[in-house]
Amino acid sequence: MTETTTNLSLFEQLGGEGAVDTAVDIFYRKVLADYRINRFFDGVNMDKQAAKQKAFLTMAFGGPNNYSGQDMRDGHARLVKMGLDDSHFDAVIENLAATLTELNVPAELIAQVAALAETTRKDVLGK
Amino acid sequence: MTRIKFDDQIFESENEETVLQTLLRNNVQMPYGCKTGACQCCLMRSIDNSPPAESQVGLKDTQQKQNYFLPCICKPENDMSVELPNTKNVWFESDVIEKRYLSENVILLKLKSKEPLAFFAGQFVNLRRHDGIIRSYSISNIHNAEHELEFHIRILPNGNFSRWVADELEIGMPLSFSHAQGSCHYVEGKLEQSLLLIGTGTGLAPLYGILQDALFHEHYGEIHLFHGSRDASGLYMENELTQLAQKYPNFYYTPCLTGDNLDFETYTKGRANQIAFDKFQKLNGWRVFLCGQPEMVLQSKRTAYLQGASLKEIYIDPFSS
Ligand SMILES: Cc1cc2nc3c(=O)[nH]c(=O)nc-3n(C[C@H](O)[C@H](O)[C@H](O)COP(=O)(O)OP(=O)(O)OC[C@H]3O[C@@H](n4cnc5c(N)ncnc54)[C@H](O)[C@@H]3O)c2cc1C
Ligand code: HEM
Repeated sequence: MTETTTNLSLFEQLGGEGAVDTAVDIFYRKVLADYRINRFFDGVNMDKQAAKQKAFLTMAFGGPNNYSGQDMRDGHARLVKMGLDDSHFDAVIENLAATLTELNVPAELIAQVAALAETTRKDVLGK
Repeated sequence: MTRIKFDDQIFESENEETVLQTLLRNNVQMPYGCKTGACQCCLMRSIDNSPPAESQVGLKDTQQKQNYFLPCICKPENDMSVELPNTKNVWFESDVIEKRYLSENVILLKLKSKEPLAFFAGQFVNLRRHDGIIRSYSISNIHNAEHELEFHIRILPNGNFSRWVADELEIGMPLSFSHAQGSCHYVEGKLEQSLLLIGTGTGLAPLYGILQDALFHEHYGEIHLFHGSRDASGLYMENELTQLAQKYPNFYYTPCLTGDNLDFETYTKGRANQIAFDKFQKLNGWRVFLCGQPEMVLQSKRTAYLQGASLKEIYIDPFSS
């Protein structure tokens, strides 16, 4: 977990699990409506997809998770085969930032979230 | 290749086979119904490993934790030891007390249970014929002191169960039914919320129940019902619904038809879901109920979500056969 000067973790400052639940609804809707990346998220079962986005957001918010870099590689390998590249990664970060803006999260926390997500880029893109 | 251990026997599953297929192929007597994960007739529990998550879709979180799963949609990833739950095959007895045609091909069937019942209007039960054939039907009435259950059953030309209901089932005859299941029902509260009800064919059955329940709880937010069919013979209860719309100023009823050359003074032309989503483009804060034809239900779920409804407030009852 990321420690900050206030002694609260990033995850706690963002509002913890409750915040993730609210954010999933907005984030997944944005992603499904974003023609650049929605083909990756087009699962038949929306509830299951939403559950996976919850795992994603928990991780992006610096919350408790058990994913290793290898898990990120394995989990996205199927998508890399479908053509996943940097432009899609950037689009996801953009949707993530837009979601947090909509939830009135302060800019400096959004920057921390983006920086944290950035650390997974190589693994997610299988580089 | 994976192995399925059941009742001290070991079965090998063939490529891409579901657990249910493996068991049935080996002549294991199993209860089952829809084979698509909807009716939950075949519910099993994994004794050793956690079952694949996709075989637990639709189960209560408490059941998921206990490793319950649906063998009809479970393609095993590892060897599994499985058992039928202790509550297997809990069936209740009832008598048919009413049967009448609501339209050319829809029957209203009313059962009276021998025991008190717990259910929400809009949930479904499995009905079981004497020879063991099982089909799911949605409950269209609210709870009453007489322990009655009402269903709208569409008669399919070659429908095994529905034709039997039409041709042979008579008032006074017994019929077994299961626990009420499913989460497509009205939950008391947020009385000011707008409700959107979209159904095709006998998808009206659960919606009619949900409507009754909402009105019973004095829901005062707007309630919009869109009922769709190809031609007028597929719609039914139009008089009741029109009268309800006159009686309750917050209830709106829109019968929709997709066929040609129809009376479009009375009906709106087009698909019920499209008409509804064109009319209400912002669904933020709405509660949405989608019932009937599975493609319509799943497509509408996505549209409702993209137009602002929260996934947790979209309730669906797809009639998969
Ligand atoms: C959760 C749930 C709730 C349900 N609620 C209701 C309900 O409230 N009311 C209701 O009437 N049904 C409902 N159904 C559907 C019902 O369970 C049966 O599938 C249906 O009645 C057909 O059963 P059957 O034995 O008559 O036909 P079957 O013998 O099982 O099938 C007959 C044949 O008809 C075909 N067929 C399917 N649909 C049509 C169609 N529209 N037109 C022509 N042919 C078709 C099938 O592919 C099949 O080949 C529900 C299903 C589920 C899963
Ligand atoms: C920003 C860095 C990212 C992180 C931290 C991340 C994290 C995760 C996590 C934790 C899961 C759940 C895995 C599981 O439990 O099954 C997941 C799944 C998924 N991710 Fe990512 N992800 C990232 C970027 C992306 C990008 C750029 C895309 C595509 C544009 C993407 C598309 C998906 C999809 C479609 C799934 C579901 C996979 C499936 O259906 O099996 N992710 N991600």
